[in-house]
Amino acid sequence: MEWLESLTFIQRGVIAGVVIGFVSPILGAFLLVRRITIISEALSHITLTGIAAGIFMSQAIAFVSFLNPLYMGFLFSLIGSLLIEKLRQWYKHFEELAIPIILSTGVGLSAILMSASGSATTEWYNYLFGSIITVSLADLSFIIITALLAIAIMSFMYKEFLVISFDQEFASVSGVPVKRMNILFSVLIALVISMAMKVVGILLVGAMITLPVAASIQIAKSFRQILLLGIVFGQVSMIGGIISSYYLNVATGGMVVVVSILLLMLAMGIKKLQHA
Amino acid sequence: MGHRHQLTDSVIQVNHLSFKYTSQYVLEDITLHVRKGAFLGLVGPNGSGKSTLVKCLLGIQTPQQGDISLFGEPLKKFSGWDRIGYVSQKANSFNSGFPATVFEVVSMGLYGKIGLFRFLTKKHKQKVYEAIEKVEMSAYTNENIGNLSGGQQQRVFIARALVSDPDLLILDEPTVGVDVHSVQQFYTMLKQLNQEHGITLVLITHDIGAMTDYVTDVACLNKHLHFHGDTDTFTESENEMMSTLYGHDVHMLTHNHDHSACEVPTS
Ligand SMILES: Nc1ncnc2c1ncn2[C@@H]1O[C@H](COP(=O)(O)OP(=O)(O)OP(=O)(O)O)[C@@H](O)[C@H]1O
Ligand SMILES: [Mg+2]
Repeated sequence: MEWLESLTFIQRGVIAGVVIGFVSPILGAFLLVRRITIISEALSHITLTGIAAGIFMSQAIAFVSFLNPLYMGFLFSLIGSLLIEKLRQWYKHFEELAIPIILSTGVGLSAILMSASGSATTEWYNYLFGSIITVSLADLSFIIITALLAIAIMSFMYKEFLVISFDQEFASVSGVPVKRMNILFSVLIALVISMAMKVVGILLVGAMITLPVAASIQIAKSFRQILLLGIVFGQVSMIGGIISSYYLNVATGGMVVVVSILLLMLAMGIKKLQHA
Repeated sequence: MGHRHQLTDSVIQVNHLSFKYTSQYVLEDITLHVRKGAFLGLVGPNGSGKSTLVKCLLGIQTPQQGDISLFGEPLKKFSGWDRIGYVSQKANSFNSGFPATVFEVVSMGLYGKIGLFRFLTKKHKQKVYEAIEKVEMSAYTNENIGNLSGGQQQRVFIARALVSDPDLLILDEPTVGVDVHSVQQFYTMLKQLNQEHGITLVLITHDIGAMTDYVTDVACLNKHLHFHGDTDTFTESENEMMSTLYGHDVHMLTHNHDHSACEVPTS
């Protein structure tokens, strides 16, 4: 891992971006076909609570001051993800209720923790809107570790996730352990959200997960194509967004979203042409 | 088919099964035995518990009382799910916005078999093409499932159930929405699967008239199991059977648009 240490901050940012731009659309494709892309919004806010708790604790308790707040973010994201899964079962016919419940809990708790910890506003600004120049070495290794975990889960369980998303009943009859897979899927969502947030920012994590596949589904004809095109769009958005935000000196997450939206419009245009 | 030596020729064994969703039992004290090689037609009016019984068999629902064995193994311990093909009643229980091709959908029928090996081999792909061919959907192999008609989708789901070469095939009103000509072809195909390949079949249907030409056994369900025996015995006492099952106003009770299903045959 020595090469990691020799990287300049911009190189770190670009590597983080490429990793995020690869993993997020894959998760996005599964969320899309399950019609639960909105989950990413709720979880990003609960991740913020975790990060705020992490920062607060590192100030209050010397013992944990070395801990990267991103880990705390992941922990909260994981709890939130499992809670959403539970809430969706409780509100069987109103599954979408789980989202505002978790989202508002996240925002409320974050507000309390942020005001209690009293960190500088710029630090929060970076967490909210993303920043490439603040990607530290520790952040980058966090991103790489979580990405590897996420990729491992997705490639080993690809078939299982696919068949569950398509037809849950058939999946269970084919011997797929649906309950366990759904828990694993919750872990996966938590991993990707907490991974993506340092570069793209809490408020825009959902965009990175959703927009590339929103574009790819316009022209894709199969699930495979959604994945592949989603990754291509994700890469272009990330790299384009990072580079332009650096030169324009604006929030990285913002530029990433702008590029994604341009790609989305492009995909819509292509679709129009195909049907014309 | 027998990949393994069969210790018993019992494929499905149900003992004193009772089931309720909420407070009222919808199945009561069902005892049913399906032997290897049988082609069972399961009939009964709407709401009689046919689909529920099948869901209990497949472990989708858990009965309050009684026990179930599949291929001689108690359901709780049963793991040979790749030996069972299932086509559910609602073809639209699937996620219809899912952008999957016919090929992708049918290959999902193999996932239980492939296990942790991630990719479909050439042989698997060949199987998928064959299953699609069997239901005469080859022209649509790369078409998006959402763009097909209801009857065409149903054929794709039948192919998905067939692709893993199951030893037991359970079909819950598979021909609703399939046109008359294709229904006959479909029944012929089932009979072939049953006689030539020895696949055990359970077919839920309202199409009692057509069914009796193909099945070996009949079971009549209406909360209780009213009749279970071979097809000949069933046809002998069919009129009685039908009036106990359906009451007198038989014509009102079928919802199948297939014309032949609207008449209860008088033997
Ligand atoms: N998910 C459910 N929750 C509660 N009750 C249910 C549920 N599914 C079915 N029921 C009830 O159980 C009874 C049996 O239903 P089932 O679907 O097994 O009937 P069926 O014989 O398959 O009917 P059909 O011919 O219409 O398909 C019905 O009275 C129905 O109202
Ligand atoms: Mg039914």
